[in-house]
Order: sequence, then C-alpha cells, then structure tokens
Amino acid sequence: MADSTTSRVSFTLSSSLDTVRTLEQTAESWARQAGFDDDTVGNIAMSVREATVNAVMHGNRYEAGLSVTASFELTPQALIVKLADQGPGLDVDSVPDPLAPENILRGSGRGIFLIRAFMDEVNFRQLHPGTEVTLVKHRNPA
Amino acid sequence: MSMKFQTRQVDGVTILDLSGRITLGEGSVTLRDAVRDVLTKGSNKILLNLGDVNYIDSSGIGELVSAYTSVKGAGGEMKLLNLTKKVHDLLQITKLYTVFDVKDDEAAAIAAF
Repeated sequence: MADSTTSRVSFTLSSSLDTVRTLEQTAESWARQAGFDDDTVGNIAMSVREATVNAVMHGNRYEAGLSVTASFELTPQALIVKLADQGPGLDVDSVPDPLAPENILRGSGRGIFLIRAFMDEVNFRQLHPGTEVTLVKHRNPA
Repeated sequence: MSMKFQTRQVDGVTILDLSGRITLGEGSVTLRDAVRDVLTKGSNKILLNLGDVNYIDSSGIGELVSAYTSVKGAGGEMKLLNLTKKVHDLLQITKLYTVFDVKDDEAAAIAAF
C-alpha cells in the first residue's frame, strides 16, 4: 500500500557540536523510516552532519546567542531537510572547488561538495541574516 | 564512539592503529596530535591503519590531508592501510585516493617505505 502521509518535525537548537550529533542521528532515523538502503541512510546522515557543521561553525561561529533551526519532512516522494543559521550569510559561489588541483591538498572545504554528491537537490537561500540550506533525497529516483 | 589509537614500531615505521570515528570534535584533533607527536619524536615514516575507522566526515578527511602534508613537510612519508569501504568511497569521491599511497597489506606497506 502506498504511503500517502506526510510527517514533519522541527527543532531550534544551540550552536554546538551536540547539535551536530543530534541532527545527524535524527537524519539517520528519518532516512531509515523513509526506507532508504544502508549506504543511502549513511550518506543522508553525513550530508545533514556537514550542513549542520556549516551552520554551527561557519554560520553561527559557535555563538551562544545564535541558534540553528532544522526541519525534517517525509513525503511520499522525498525526504526534505531544511537547516538554517543566523550568521552573516554564506556565498556558496565563493567556496573553492575541492577537486581543483590547487585545492586538492587543502585541509578543509569539502563539506558542501560531499552534500552535493550525496543528495538529489541542494539549495541555498539567504535569510538576512543567516543561510538556509534545503536538502532533498527522492524516495523513488526516476 | 570517538577515535582511539595505539602506536607500534615495525622496521623503522610507526604504525598508528586507529579506531572509531574521525570527525569534527570526535577524533580529528586526536589524529592531528598523534601525528604531531610521532614527528616530534623523530619518526617520519608513518602508516595509518584505518581498518577499524568506521566513519569519517569532511573534517576527518581534511585532517588526513593535513597529516599527509605535515609528514611530507618533515621530509617523511605517510601511507594509509586497510581502508573500510566507507573511507575508500569518500577518498574516491574527493579524488584523494590517488594522492595517498593506499595499501591493504601491512607487510607490503612497511616494505614500500
């Protein structure tokens, strides 16, 4: 029987590494609930982890007064995760290509690349202040 | 589970047997300190055994790269041993698999230094 229901949960969390772990585990749980295979579950959880690290570390810069909001939505078609920080904003186009020869030995800068590699859709939106990223994984890829 | 490691010496090569997660806040700093400690003690032939590393994120990947460049900068050599499928796949995706010297046999890895 086809699942036609939509589930949604949202959180407002502190700018801390605990938030990174919490949202990674939440993503793993929701991805399993969506019926993805083990590899895909791991990749979704890692994508949410990387996006949360960006929000906590690069967006809010661990500032105690700034929070991270997250929502998980499971529709019949997709798992949709939205994460937003309250930082100064991220210019995604300015992030260097980590595969370029001049960047291959950099010690950072691979998070967004991995998110794009693992998710079907990745969209960034400026909130003034803050950045929202939407991650989509389709349940039945065409 | 955060990262743990043990150190062995075999034929002039320092082997770091790592286990757990190499991620931001859970192992990347431990790895950095471990490699720095080995270099400080005068050894610059380092074999990182990742056979029990079940998870690594972009921060952990970056730490592997930083370790590699630190060892190179010290005139030494660092190789990777026993990659799990997850780590192997991540190094492939990030095109680092061909940057690192990756081995799956310890004796062969030591002989290659």
